[in-house]
Amino acid sequence: MDDSGRHELADIDLVAALQRRDESMFTTVVRRYHGALLRLALAYHPSRAVAEEIVQEAWLAVVQGIDRFERRSSFKTWLFRILVNRARTRAEREGRMVPFSSLVSEAEADDGPAVSVDRFVPADHPEWAQWAGHWMLAPKSWGESPEQALIARETQALIAAAIAALSPGQRQVITLRDVEGWSSGEVCNVLEISETNQRVLLHRARSRVRAVLERHFDVDSR
Amino acid sequence: MTAMPADELTCKELVELVTAYLDDALPPDERRRFEEHLAACEFCTEYLRQMRLTIGVLGRLPEESISSEALAELQNAFRSFRLPG
Repeated sequence: MDDSGRHELADIDLVAALQRRDESMFTTVVRRYHGALLRLALAYHPSRAVAEEIVQEAWLAVVQGIDRFERRSSFKTWLFRILVNRARTRAEREGRMVPFSSLVSEAEADDGPAVSVDRFVPADHPEWAQWAGHWMLAPKSWGESPEQALIARETQALIAAAIAALSPGQRQVITLRDVEGWSSGEVCNVLEISETNQRVLLHRARSRVRAVLERHFDVDSR
Repeated sequence: MTAMPADELTCKELVELVTAYLDDALPPDERRRFEEHLAACEFCTEYLRQMRLTIGVLGRLPEESISSEALAELQNAFRSFRLPG
């Protein structure tokens, strides 16, 4: 969601309005965050129906909890934490997720390199050993201005599929960082992970999406 | 020993540092090596461009708005939730 060019509503006004049951403010807030909440819920639960249910549950929890909101975090962080907690609880109940530590263990697991090793000169190459670790199959240019091709519907469907194919942690982090444009600090806060683990997951996720796009452009240019 | 200076990053190493670089999270010395490599390597320059394009397009995926039924349900819940006291 793009908030540039528009003032972020001050938390203090927003929360005060919700606490005095200002329904138009509630509607504004729901509309503003719904898309992002749904995307994050989908990062936990690929089933759309389930994801939508989790988002509704999170909003109901907001309604019930707003009078007790203590401003120890921003409203946005509070809201997304509620969603994350619901999504995790549900995943645990369905036995699809190890409680709590799963993001950490996922970040620490060896998940392979950003780019396949066979695209670099191996250390034992008979002729080019002095170039070990340099590109052997270098990335081909995506053209002067690939922006149009990148926002084509077909490409966007490909990207959505690439995100769906990521591991849950990679999906959660890339959704918030790149799709929603959050800062790393905000993401770490909501997902309760360290900067380092967050970066590892983000890097793998981006690298995979880039690889999918690379294959797409490669086929197109033939 | 390779023919490269021991200090130089390889392309294989560079591609693993792109996210840290873009987050400005590399220690100064590593950042310098990253940029030195980039200045001399058109392939890694292209790679970095592709990562930037990827991030850019991820930020432009269409977003769904809430269905009117779901919104009405939430508005009803909000309305029925009374002020305390």
